[in-house]
Amino acid sequence: MSAPKLAVFKLASCDGCQLTLLDCEDELLALAGTVEIAHFLEATSTVLPGPYDLSLVEGSITTAQDAERIRAIRANSRHLVTIGACATAGGIQALRNFADVDEFRRVVYAHPEYISTLATSTPVSAHVDVDFELRGCPVDKRQLIEVITAFLAGRKPDVPNHSVCFECKRRGTVCVTVAEGKPCLGPVTHAGCGALCPAYRRGCFGCFGPSGSVNLPALIPVLRRDGMDDDAVVRFLHTYNAAAFDKELTS
Amino acid sequence: MSVTTAPAVLDRDGLDALVTALVGQGRTVVGPTVRDGAIVLAELASADALPFGWGVELEAGRYRLVRREDGAAFAHSAGPQSWKTFLHPARERLWSADRTPEGHVSFTPEEPAAPDYAFLGVRPCDLRAVAIQDRVLTGGRYEDSGYGARRRRALLISVDCVEPGATCFCVSTGGGPAADPGYDLALTEVVDGDGHRFLVRVGSEEGARLLEAVPHRGADPATETTARASVDAARDRMGRSLPPVDLRALMGASLDAERWDDVAARCLTCGNCTMVCPTCFCVTTEEVTDLTGDHTERWQRWDSCFDLDFSYLHEGPVRSSGKARYRQWLTHKLSTWHDQFGTSGCVGCGRCIAWCPAGIDITEEVAALHTESETER
Repeated sequence: MSAPKLAVFKLASCDGCQLTLLDCEDELLALAGTVEIAHFLEATSTVLPGPYDLSLVEGSITTAQDAERIRAIRANSRHLVTIGACATAGGIQALRNFADVDEFRRVVYAHPEYISTLATSTPVSAHVDVDFELRGCPVDKRQLIEVITAFLAGRKPDVPNHSVCFECKRRGTVCVTVAEGKPCLGPVTHAGCGALCPAYRRGCFGCFGPSGSVNLPALIPVLRRDGMDDDAVVRFLHTYNAAAFDKELTS
Repeated sequence: MSVTTAPAVLDRDGLDALVTALVGQGRTVVGPTVRDGAIVLAELASADALPFGWGVELEAGRYRLVRREDGAAFAHSAGPQSWKTFLHPARERLWSADRTPEGHVSFTPEEPAAPDYAFLGVRPCDLRAVAIQDRVLTGGRYEDSGYGARRRRALLISVDCVEPGATCFCVSTGGGPAADPGYDLALTEVVDGDGHRFLVRVGSEEGARLLEAVPHRGADPATETTARASVDAARDRMGRSLPPVDLRALMGASLDAERWDDVAARCLTCGNCTMVCPTCFCVTTEEVTDLTGDHTERWQRWDSCFDLDFSYLHEGPVRSSGKARYRQWLTHKLSTWHDQFGTSGCVGCGRCIAWCPAGIDITEEVAALHTESETER
């Protein structure tokens, strides 16, 4: 039996998530020995034809061309896994969803007519079926290897859907909100980073997006209590997962 | 076993010698110490690391360290951890399995990591919590072998509570600020014009041997009287209380109460209350394979009834709403825990109140459920 074919694709994104795969230095040889890396332009210009057994997709859909491309990728992939905040939630570029893109185009570009873009930035799952969404900005490399390993083994990835608070408590980090009154998105944010920021005494800023069980309206009075006004709350939520948090707030 | 050793007194040097003696025996001494704006539990190299001169101010969703004039080491409550961090750790490997190139699979059970712990500064509420986890994790047919190994080798030095916090309510759960049996040594901290000292009661032969190994003197009447008076006073200074009703019956009769909707609107379902609770014991297990597919491990890790996946059965969670999950936690803690384990699951330590980011207060919720049940009657 030939090795499963792994592909990595990029849409509107910064490359940080696929870079996380190259950053898995201890596991790369084992990975290369287990799969055939068939399409991974950041690592190699050699491109093998599909179909691919596992396609990792980073980035969001911001152009009509990418909306077409993702359908082709889906059609050519046995399993499609989206990686990172852009692919799973639209990314920071989804701030355009709350603004006038034509105005941006006029103000920013000397020749706005050269720019062909959609009015929104949307996650891949808004366009095609996705087999698994791995969150994070960027994704966590342990989780990335776990997801690849799980798909190769045909099992469910061990990627818990609970809040960052679980990770703080498991690693013994003192709660920055309770002990220091710092605003923190940990209670509403998907675990996965290992509760990195609170371990360095700063509040979580939500790179992993909403947790699988989120009650965002309940956090707003807590953020207000800890000194944020309405504008500050909006700014706090409007970063890498702006569209996903906004959906939670309005649902 | 009968231990008849009379009460004794340790001074500061005696406390230093106690920790030194335990370290000298090869024990891992764990006790309170200041880190990251809180009094946490961590390994102590010497008694110097204890939080001398530190106290805490507690409220729902709020914890602040404050300086104390008296230099006391144990005048604090409701830290962010409990002893389950050590006895029932957040992550533990249970076994691993390997497949040979010929296809043969071999299993390797994990030898539980079981240091010889000495816990210094166990509050009476936490001593009761340890007894509850003992029943849960070692009392049934299938013992948690890692917990059992660590627990049997652990030495417990309790310290009576003379400074309850605003979130404390142990008295209304049937406990109190004085340690029940179960300790090896029980200290009561006394700081007054006659100096900083600890009244010591002996609870086991091992405790008696330890006391013999460190400089101490017989208890004088003044120290005994002051110690007793401080603990008695603490009993009347609890910051909170549960309503004095049959909580088991109240929970059973409140399953359809409107209050659950009210609390669910405030509950983040973040799981903090269960993680800080000294009796919450739930775990999940995960099988993890490596890239080769020839090596797999089973890990046990803390789980929580606030996790949506906790009640996941074929194609969906049984308790999908936050309301269902909060109700599950509270009714289990105060009611169905009796059916399972013969006691309540709450010792009144107040951690779930202090460490809830949203400041949800178990005593307030139970009082509201009680009021609602009275109104309906």
